[in-house]
Amino acid sequence: MVDVAFQSSRTAAAQAGRRRVGLRNALRRKSMSAFLMTLPLILLIAILVIYPAIYSLHLATLNKAMTKFVGFGNFEFLFKRDTFWLVVKQSCIFAISAVIFKALIGFIVAHFVHNVPANKQRKWRGMLLVPWVIPPAMSTLAWLWLFDPSYSAFNYTLSFFGLGPIPWTGDAMWARFSVILVNVWYGAPFFMIMYLAALKSVPEQLYEAAAIDGANWWQRIWYVTLPMMRNIIAITTLFSLIVTFANFDIVRILTAGGPLDHTHIFATWAFRVGIEGSDIPLGASVSLFMVPILAIAAIFILRDITKRGNES
Amino acid sequence: MSMVTIDKSGPTRKVKYGSMSRDRTWALRWSYFFLTLFAVFSLVPPFYMLITSLKGSAEISAATNPWWVYHPTFENYIQLLTSNQFLRFFWNSAWVSIIVVTITMLISVPAAFALARMKFWGSATLATGVFLTYLIPDSLLFIPLFKMFAVFGDWTGIQLVNRWYVLLFIYPTLTVPFCTWIMIGYFASIPKELDEAAIIDGASWFQTLTRIFIPVALPGLIAATIFAFTVSWAQFLYPLVFTTSTDQLVLPVGIITTLIKGDVFNWGQIMTGALLGAAPPLIIYAFLMDYYIAGLTAGATKG
Repeated sequence: MVDVAFQSSRTAAAQAGRRRVGLRNALRRKSMSAFLMTLPLILLIAILVIYPAIYSLHLATLNKAMTKFVGFGNFEFLFKRDTFWLVVKQSCIFAISAVIFKALIGFIVAHFVHNVPANKQRKWRGMLLVPWVIPPAMSTLAWLWLFDPSYSAFNYTLSFFGLGPIPWTGDAMWARFSVILVNVWYGAPFFMIMYLAALKSVPEQLYEAAAIDGANWWQRIWYVTLPMMRNIIAITTLFSLIVTFANFDIVRILTAGGPLDHTHIFATWAFRVGIEGSDIPLGASVSLFMVPILAIAAIFILRDITKRGNES
Repeated sequence: MSMVTIDKSGPTRKVKYGSMSRDRTWALRWSYFFLTLFAVFSLVPPFYMLITSLKGSAEISAATNPWWVYHPTFENYIQLLTSNQFLRFFWNSAWVSIIVVTITMLISVPAAFALARMKFWGSATLATGVFLTYLIPDSLLFIPLFKMFAVFGDWTGIQLVNRWYVLLFIYPTLTVPFCTWIMIGYFASIPKELDEAAIIDGASWFQTLTRIFIPVALPGLIAATIFAFTVSWAQFLYPLVFTTSTDQLVLPVGIITTLIKGDVFNWGQIMTGALLGAAPPLIIYAFLMDYYIAGLTAGATKG
């Protein structure tokens, strides 16, 4: 009795052990466990990124009620609307000028921070990065209040110099300026941090050699700093171009596209048309116009990254 | 005192040597001057939030000097922190962010480990794909995603639109690619000898990950966690599209849709809400600034 029971339990244990070994062997096979580890990532990207991207191509070919295939009908409709061309123009103005100013201000501020003695840099860097840390939706509310038509704190201050009142969000040109200003305020710290990291990686000997050769500060920047930082400048600018082009929060909260649709960019107009106007196919078509610019920027970034990968 | 120093610097100006160090001093002074200007520019909006949040509504509408508080009061804070609606937004935001951070880490750390160390068929392509996914902005995907979840609700009867937990499915599309990408970078920088030694000692892949890689790459892990939290806390477009009932809203959308009623702006409360909404990221940043910056520069974050 005892013997039998013992034997049977031993065979069961052996079987279980073999099964466990089999499982363990399968898991030990590198490719199998690696695949299992990346499976959630692959599923997430496939279902919630790639599928919707393709789905939006499909949506863009439907009519408003999403019952009929209209081919390029939505695009033809868009091309005939003045507002669409206004949005294209404003998106380009917004993204390009904001990125240029962010890059310039970031570069200048990074140099100033780099000039300061090392033990004080931390404090300055900490203060200058605050705009980047605050959620943009929250900080844009503060800007909206600073730009308020009747209680604007800026106009109050300007009135002491005999200037203003400036219609910050009421006039088309000023509203365009305001959304760009807020975007520069928000994005410049990112450039500053990236450039500061790049500046620190430039070897000091290069500057010493340049100084011995009699280079002035401008020549030092042009012939030493910029070539050494070229890679990081390119990649930061392209990144920023993508994000600025796709910006939503700042324009939505500050002007909601107004006055008279003059500050709408692709994302805000797609929201207005697609969600608020419940014309989902048209909204999808509008947002698809962002793809070419994003794709070009992405290709250049990727080329840069693979180049850097090969160098190292 | 100042007269003396001016007299002293007078003669040295004519002497040629020593000009280098004087250039340096002036460069330093100009640096401080401009840094102060830029710091003021950076800090005006948060400072103004604070100033306004301490004002009563009477003082705001009196249009006195906007840069100063004459009668500081905490009434805005008390009103918001005792309003169930506002606390609900806060809890929704907190829950969404914490769960999304957990999901993100559970997905991206093993994936990054596999992509960094276990070369398998298509691993290089997948790593590039992850990076490309990170470049796809939210404003491109919100319309198809919204329609997708609506159709999903029609088919299965599981209504996800206008529930706060729909955000748990959507936010990982923003956080996972970036976190995976920077974790690949951190894991790849760990010397190969370390995990080879572990494998020789009989450790499984899972043990190598938990006993070797996670402790060694802890700074990267913290940076990725901070990033995931900040992104989910600050996200505005997706909750604006997916949630509309006031009890399902997260903080940024809640403040904007409930405190702005038509053309009536209750600025004292809006600024208080904005400041409270900005507080968690700011507090994290204040204590973990170095990790924050490491994450920023490691993967070239969005700007």
